[in-house]
Amino acid sequence: MSHEYVPEIAVDREGQEHEVQGWQDDMYGAKLGFWLFMFTEVLMFGAMFMALTYYFTLHHDDFLIASSSLNRVLGGTNTVVLLFSALTMGLGLLKMRHGDVKGAKLMIWATILLALVFLGIKAVEWTAEYNHGVFLGLDALQAGNEHSKPFGQILFFGMYFTMTGIHGFHIIIGIGIMLWLLKRINAGKVTPEHHILHFNIALYWDLVHLIWVFVFPYYYMIGAGLTGGAH
Amino acid sequence: MSKSYFDETHCAIGHPKSTFMQWMLTIDHKRIGLMYAAVMFTFFFVAVFTALMMRLELYAPGAQFIDGDTFNQAFTLHGVIMVFLFIIPGIPAVFGNIVMPLMIGAKDVSFPRLNWFTFWLYILGCIIAVSSLWVGNGFADTGWTFYAPYSLNTGTNVIMTLVAAFILGMASILTGLNFLVTIHRLRAPGMGFFKMPLFVWGIYATAWIQLLATPVVGITLILAIMEKYFGIGIFDPSKGGDPVLFEHLFWIYSHPAVYLMILPAFGIMSEIIPVFSRREIFGYRTIALSSASIAGIGYIVWGHHLYTSGMADIAKVIFSFLTFFVAVPTGIKFYDWVATMYKGKIVLSTPMLWALGTIITFAIGGLTGVTIAMVGVDIHLQDTYYTVAHFHYAILGGVVFLLFAGMHYWFPLVTGKMYSETKAKIAFWMNFIGFNILWFPMFIAGYLGMPRRYFDYLPEFEIYHKISFVGAIIFITGLVYMFYVLIQAWRKGEDAGLNPWDATTLEWHMPTSPPPLENHSKVPYVDFDPYEYKNGHAVVKFDLETMKRID
Repeated sequence: MSHEYVPEIAVDREGQEHEVQGWQDDMYGAKLGFWLFMFTEVLMFGAMFMALTYYFTLHHDDFLIASSSLNRVLGGTNTVVLLFSALTMGLGLLKMRHGDVKGAKLMIWATILLALVFLGIKAVEWTAEYNHGVFLGLDALQAGNEHSKPFGQILFFGMYFTMTGIHGFHIIIGIGIMLWLLKRINAGKVTPEHHILHFNIALYWDLVHLIWVFVFPYYYMIGAGLTGGAH
Repeated sequence: MSKSYFDETHCAIGHPKSTFMQWMLTIDHKRIGLMYAAVMFTFFFVAVFTALMMRLELYAPGAQFIDGDTFNQAFTLHGVIMVFLFIIPGIPAVFGNIVMPLMIGAKDVSFPRLNWFTFWLYILGCIIAVSSLWVGNGFADTGWTFYAPYSLNTGTNVIMTLVAAFILGMASILTGLNFLVTIHRLRAPGMGFFKMPLFVWGIYATAWIQLLATPVVGITLILAIMEKYFGIGIFDPSKGGDPVLFEHLFWIYSHPAVYLMILPAFGIMSEIIPVFSRREIFGYRTIALSSASIAGIGYIVWGHHLYTSGMADIAKVIFSFLTFFVAVPTGIKFYDWVATMYKGKIVLSTPMLWALGTIITFAIGGLTGVTIAMVGVDIHLQDTYYTVAHFHYAILGGVVFLLFAGMHYWFPLVTGKMYSETKAKIAFWMNFIGFNILWFPMFIAGYLGMPRRYFDYLPEFEIYHKISFVGAIIFITGLVYMFYVLIQAWRKGEDAGLNPWDATTLEWHMPTSPPPLENHSKVPYVDFDPYEYKNGHAVVKFDLETMKRID
C-alpha cells in the first residue's frame, strides 16, 4: 500500500471510540502468521526425524556404520558457517531496527555469502559421496545387486540425502528471498519503521539453521565413536 | 443502485480492465470463495458420476462393462477427488472465505494476496491430479490412502497423484494459517472469543487442524515419492522399511482431517438451528469448547485405522478408548442443538430441513462409528461395506449435507436472490430419501461380510446392491435438481432482501444485497451475543449506514 493506511474507528453505545485493526499494516498479524508457518516446517521435519528415530532402533548398527563414513570435518564446518550466518542475519535485523539501513544491507549480503559457502561445501561433500558410489539412484543404494549396501545403510543414506536435500532447498529459497528483501529495501518498501519482511525472513533463516543443528548430530555424529571416520 | 462485490474488486496485480482478469486476479474473499465453490462442485460431480459408474458395474455379480483394474482406478479417482479436491478444502474454502470475515466484521482476511495465491495453488493441485488420468500408465489404482507397499510397486501413475495431494495440502495449510491470523487479529472491536458466531469457532478449530496435521502427511507423501523414484526402502518391507509407519504417518493427518471436514459443518449447524428456532443457542460455550476439544482429541485417535495391521494390543485398547472419548464432545453438541429447538418457534425453511435431516443421518454415521471403534467388532467389520456406509453417513450425510444446508442458508446473502422454497424442499426430500436407500443397505451387506473395493461379489449380496442402485439414481437426480433450482434462482430469482431469515449475526447486516466490496459500511462495536432472540424476534438491530445499534 503506497498511501498511508488510516485505521477505522468503531464507536460503542457509550460513545467511546475503538480503533479497528485492519488487515493492512498489521505487524503483529504478519508475525503471528509467519510463526505459524514456521510451526508447519517444524512438524514436517519432525515427522522425518520421527521416522529416522524409529529406523535407528530397527537398524541400529547399520546406522552407526553409515554415519561413521560421513565427513565430519565438512559437516562441522558447515555447522559453524550456518551459525555465523544466523549471527549476521540477527545483527542485520538489529541494525535495521536502529535505523542503520546501510549496515543492515551489508549484513544481509554477508548472510547470502555464508549461505553460498554452505551450499559450496555441500556440493563438495555430495560430489565426493557420488564418486564413492553413494548417491540416490546409484547401485550401492539400490536393493538386490552386487554393490548393494545393507538395508539399514540404504535407509540411512536415503534419509540423509532426502533431509539434507530438503534442507538445502530451504537454503536456496532463503538466498532467493534475501535477494528479494534487498530489492525491497532499495525500493524503500522495507524501512526501519516497516521492517516486518526483514523480521520474518530472519525468523525463517533462524529456523533453517536450527534444523541443521539437529540434522548435524543425527547424521554425522551418531557414528563418530566408530573407527574409520572422516576420509 | 449501489455497487456489490460483483461489480468491483481489488486485484493482486494491477487494475485489469476485463471482467475475466478481474476475477482471475481478485483478492476479495467473497469472490475467491465463489471460485472455490465453482471448481469444487465441478469436481464433486465428476466424482459423483465415477461413483455412479461403479454402482452400475456392481448392479449384478460378475463383470458388466468395466474390468477390475478400471474399477480400482475408478474408486481411487472417486476417493482422491472427493477427499483432496472437494471435502478437505470444502466448507472452509467456500464459506470460511465468504462468510467468516463478514461474521467477525472484517474487511477481508488477514492476507488477501496469500488467499489469492492459495486458490491458484489449489487449482495447480487439481490440474496435476486430474492430468495423471491421461499421463503415463493411467490413474493411480491404490485407493485414496496410497498404502505402502502396493502404492510403491504398482505401475500406475501414483507419483503425480502424490505430488498433487502434497500441493493441495499446502494450499490447505495456507488457508488455515490465513484464517487463524484473521480470527485472532481482525475481529471487530468488542468481539471477544466467546462473542464469535459458532461457525467462526468451527473454522478456528479447523484451521488449527489444517495447520498442525497437514505437514505430516505432506512429508509422508514426499518420502513415498523418494521411495518410488530412488528405492531407498523407507516404507518397503522387502527393503527393511516398515509399511505400518506409512499408515501411522498417513493417519496422523488423515484422521484429524475428518474432524477438519466436520467441525466447520457443525459450525453451520450451530448457525442454522438458533436462527430457524428463533431462540438463543443452548450452551454456547459448550459448543465452542467442544469444537476445540474435538480438534485436540481428534489428533490422538488415528490408531483406530490400524487395528488389523498388527499394532500392539495395548495400543489398540488405548486408541479404542480415546476414540470413544472423542464422541463425547460431539454428543454434547447434539444435545445442545436439540435443546435449542425445545420451545423454539421453529421455521421449517429449506436450510432448517437440511440441518434436521443431518441430525438423523449424522447420528447414524456417528453411532456406527462408535461400533467400529471397538477393537473386536472392528476386526469383523474392517474394510467391509459397513465401514463404507459409516463414513458416507458421516461425511456425505454429515459434512456435505451441512454444506448444502449452508448453501441454502447463505445463498440469498451471496447472490442477493431467493430460490423457490417449494422446489428446494422437493430437492431436499429426493436427496434425503435417495441417500438413505443408497447407503443403509450397505450396513447390512457389510455386516454380512461384503468387502469394500471389490469389483465382484457373491450372489447373496445382489439384493443390497440393487437397492443401493435405486437409491443412487434418486440421490443423483436430487443432486442435479437441487443445483438446477439454485442456478435458476440465481439467474431469474426474486431479490432476497437484506436479511430474509431474520438472522442476528453480523453477515446479515450488510448495507446492500449482495454485499459491497469492502463489506460493512462501518465496523460495528460488538457488545452483544451472536444469537440474541426475544419472543421469536432478533434483538439486535443496526442502522446499516453507520452500523450503530438502534434497538
